[in-house]
Amino acid sequence: MAHDSQAAALPPLRQVTEDFAADKQAFSVPWGKAMMWIFLLSDTFIFTCFLTSYMNVRLSTLATWPNPSQVFSLNIGGQDIPLILIAIMTFVLITSSGTMALAVNYGYRRNRRYTVLLMVATAALGATFVSMQAFEWTKLIMEGVRPWSNPWGAPQFGSAFFMITGFHGLHVSAGVIYLLTVARRVHTGFYEKRGSYETVEIAGLYWHFVDLVWVFIFAFFYLW
Amino acid sequence: MSQAEGQQHPLKIYLWIWLLLFVLSTFSYLVDYFHLQGYTRWSLIILFMLLKAGCIVAIFMHMAWERLALKFAILIPPLCLLILIGFMAIEGDYTFLTRGAAFLR
Repeated sequence: MAHDSQAAALPPLRQVTEDFAADKQAFSVPWGKAMMWIFLLSDTFIFTCFLTSYMNVRLSTLATWPNPSQVFSLNIGGQDIPLILIAIMTFVLITSSGTMALAVNYGYRRNRRYTVLLMVATAALGATFVSMQAFEWTKLIMEGVRPWSNPWGAPQFGSAFFMITGFHGLHVSAGVIYLLTVARRVHTGFYEKRGSYETVEIAGLYWHFVDLVWVFIFAFFYLW
Repeated sequence: MSQAEGQQHPLKIYLWIWLLLFVLSTFSYLVDYFHLQGYTRWSLIILFMLLKAGCIVAIFMHMAWERLALKFAILIPPLCLLILIGFMAIEGDYTFLTRGAAFLR
């Protein structure tokens, strides 16, 4: 049935051969979106290299690895709650991902007001995340964690921690600036005039990726 | 189809995925809270992690609605990272054993 007309939906694998082999643009998305995806692909390799080197040093050390559950516990009301700050940071980042997804949606609906509000909310949640990370770094540095040593065990803990969370925090900070820049242009009507809100979706891709990386850091560094 | 007017989907789907991400994050936090250990802990961590990652990439990043050519171009290359991870796991294990043999005598 699908073979009746060429324009009708081809089977998925035929679509791939058509897209790559035909004398035309391979990816039928705006170029900015394709390039953002390729950038995110390269970033995936960078973060995987960090997490893999962390795995390698953790496997090969003879010293005991500090227990993250205790290292990152907070004393609230006289009680040590394990990993609570990290859990809150995780929820903050997921919330920001949700507001960003809605911002993209409202952008395509041409609702400028909601798009700007939701993007600013996303950036504010991102800034909250970075502040909490700054608090966490300060706390650990005061407790004596250094990239070369720490009071609880394997010295590699510090270097892995600062490298991985630092690089992720840098991504969040850059994302906050990026989102605010795009939100300003939504506000001034730049995209309205151009007639397309795809830039909001592209900024959203970056932001969701930052959340995605945190999912892996949370699992492998904090929970493992 | 999807590229002409961008990715427009009902709000409901985003809200559901948002809720699901909250629930899954709570579950992965509870793995630590209840001090699960060993293979139970590791398999649950990986399970919740992959489910969350899948929701984010498929729905929030709209990968589920993209054409297969883009899906292949972006999702297949990271698979070669599994080789790096495998090699480094073997290497780390080996370093651990040689260090033990050399320094713990």
